[in-house]
Amino acid sequence: MVPVDYYLILSAIIFSLGVIGVLLRSNALVVFMSLELMLNAANLVLITYAAYYRVLSGQLIVFFVMIVAAAEVAVGLALLVAIFRAKKSVDVDQMSSLKG
Amino acid sequence: MPIPEASQLVPWVVFIPLIGLGINLLFGKWFKEGIIGTVAVLAALGAFVVAVLLALGLKANPEAVVRPLAVWAKFENIRLEWAFRVDTLSVWMMLVVTGVGTLIHLYSIGYMHSDVRHNGDPGRFRRYFIYLNLFIASMMVLVSANNFFMLFVGWEGVGLCSYLLIGFWFEKGAEGTANAKAGKKAFIVNRVGDFGMLMAIFLMAAAFGSLDFDVVFQQAAGASSDLLLAITLLLLLAVAGKSAQLPLFVWLPDAMAGPTPVSALIHAATMVTAGVYLVVRSQALFIASPTSAAVVMWVGALTAILGALVAVSQYDIKKVLAYSTISQLGYMVAAAGMGAWVAAMFHLTTHAFFKALLFLAAGSVILGMEHGHKASASDADHSVDDPQDMRNMGGLRGKMPVTFTVYLVGALALAGIVPLSGFFSKDEILTAASHFPAIFIILGVSALLTAFYMTRQVYLVFFGRTHSHSAEHAVENGAIITIPLIILAVLSVVGGELNIFPTYHLEHWLEHTLEGIHPSLMVPWVMVVSSLLAISGIVFGVLLYRRYVRESSLQVDPLRRVIGPFFTTLQQRWFDRAYQAVLVGPYYAVSNWLSEIIDHRVIDGFIDGIGKVTIWSSEKLRILQNGYVRSYALAVLFGAVILIGYLLLH
Repeated sequence: MVPVDYYLILSAIIFSLGVIGVLLRSNALVVFMSLELMLNAANLVLITYAAYYRVLSGQLIVFFVMIVAAAEVAVGLALLVAIFRAKKSVDVDQMSSLKG
Repeated sequence: MPIPEASQLVPWVVFIPLIGLGINLLFGKWFKEGIIGTVAVLAALGAFVVAVLLALGLKANPEAVVRPLAVWAKFENIRLEWAFRVDTLSVWMMLVVTGVGTLIHLYSIGYMHSDVRHNGDPGRFRRYFIYLNLFIASMMVLVSANNFFMLFVGWEGVGLCSYLLIGFWFEKGAEGTANAKAGKKAFIVNRVGDFGMLMAIFLMAAAFGSLDFDVVFQQAAGASSDLLLAITLLLLLAVAGKSAQLPLFVWLPDAMAGPTPVSALIHAATMVTAGVYLVVRSQALFIASPTSAAVVMWVGALTAILGALVAVSQYDIKKVLAYSTISQLGYMVAAAGMGAWVAAMFHLTTHAFFKALLFLAAGSVILGMEHGHKASASDADHSVDDPQDMRNMGGLRGKMPVTFTVYLVGALALAGIVPLSGFFSKDEILTAASHFPAIFIILGVSALLTAFYMTRQVYLVFFGRTHSHSAEHAVENGAIITIPLIILAVLSVVGGELNIFPTYHLEHWLEHTLEGIHPSLMVPWVMVVSSLLAISGIVFGVLLYRRYVRESSLQVDPLRRVIGPFFTTLQQRWFDRAYQAVLVGPYYAVSNWLSEIIDHRVIDGFIDGIGKVTIWSSEKLRILQNGYVRSYALAVLFGAVILIGYLLLH
């Protein structure tokens, strides 16, 4: 049995990578992927504790998260396609038309 | 029973003019000038016919009749009712107002036809006649009222019409605002008087529980003398405002900004006599308060001499008549204060005839001058002659013979020459004044001055050389102008018959309504003195001005050579200056301070400050919205960290 700590540390590393990716990368697709990383880091924590405490609710929430993530990806990719058509680019730094 | 039927007609003195103005108001747009004028004249004439019928009814049965029309408002302890009072005094006022008013309406058709074209807005012809009919209706409300409340309604109504008609050419006058300012001044000064009226009404309502004339006058006998003194002095304030007495007369000379027939109707013949009517109507109050009556007498007498003094120094043909009106109103008020009620009403009537005549004739002169100005405008000389300045006139006797004749009649009547109407009415006042030596002397000197300034005016206007191109090309006006003049001239001549030995018609007419009438007397020595005063005034005027008006260019007024710098002193409008210094100036200063400091700086500063803070903070906050999605993401991260950190540590 791998100790719970290892799962949690792995999850923290993945989450941090996601955060760093969102903050530092300018390609919108990579930002999306980083977001998925963060979601899945959270998922990892949920199933870890679900297994540890032997309850099902944690696994149940993971399914919800995955469904929401799928929906989010569908909407996000549609947005990306629309932005690419308008701007000929998926660079998030160039999406500043609403700058005050 | 013809008598009650006649008095039932009384609401029509108000409603016929209202119908006339309604027709012109609703349909006048499609009428020609002739039809508008005819409707207005018929409305005034209709009111006159009703007044005559009422008079015939009263002749058969002179008892006062009260005709309630409507209840205005009911309160727990007082009831305000629109009721008409038909008695000899109110019907007499109706006859004078509508009679003279009809003639002035007729004259106005001709005068306004030229005036609206001269001033460049023919569309105002209709408006003028609407106002004029409204005035007649308001004046009828005033004189026919059975209580002080409706009297006040009419009082305000005529004040409104006066304001509207003074400012009739509101965009004209010096600097484009002089006429509007004149209207405003008349309105505001009258407000001061109206304050007195309102306070008197409140006092009466509180003390007597009713405003009906009968009730108030009946209870006045038993009221405390302090209360009566307060009421009557407040009423005197109202009289001073409306009838241009000291110290509130300052609006009347400025009121000459209105069209000349308006000056004749409102500011000479009718509205300004409302104050005299008020004193005579409230005679019971003034009899019960001798102190007030004495004050009224002195106010009238001092006004009489002040008006006459200033009139001798004026150059504007209408201003002379305006100050003369102030002076003559002073006579009436003084007579009312002396208890010579009939003499006051008599002078009111004859004055309505001859002063309306003088004003209308002056209007005829002005029209002739304006016509002459147009005729001579093709000349190389384009000098703008003021058509009202008497120094531009002269020699109009031959050019405007009818106007000259009637003007002479009016001037002689005003000066008080036998056997014209002014002689008899003024003589009656002087007879009553013979019991008060000081008053007699003041009024006597005023009579002398009156004769003098009218002689001066007649000489400057009609005799000698012409002193401008306008005067040279002046022409006589048409029949619509001259016929009312001739009728008024006839009335000015025979008006004295109304109340002379041995018939005394007016006295016997009014004795059914007024109390304490002393039988009129013809005192020979008073007649001789007043004639001598009038004649010496005329002789003095002739001596001074006979040669002067023949000079080709007018130099220093000969009167100035006689009285020196006092002449200029008279022209200074001291009362206006005093009001300016004491009331108007400080008031403007306070207003300016409130406007400049409180409004512009404090209030505006507060509001502007809120705006500026918003703008400043927005300027600073917009930096956060830099448009980089990743920086927003960083902000979200920080937020999340802070929230979670809080939850963990809490």
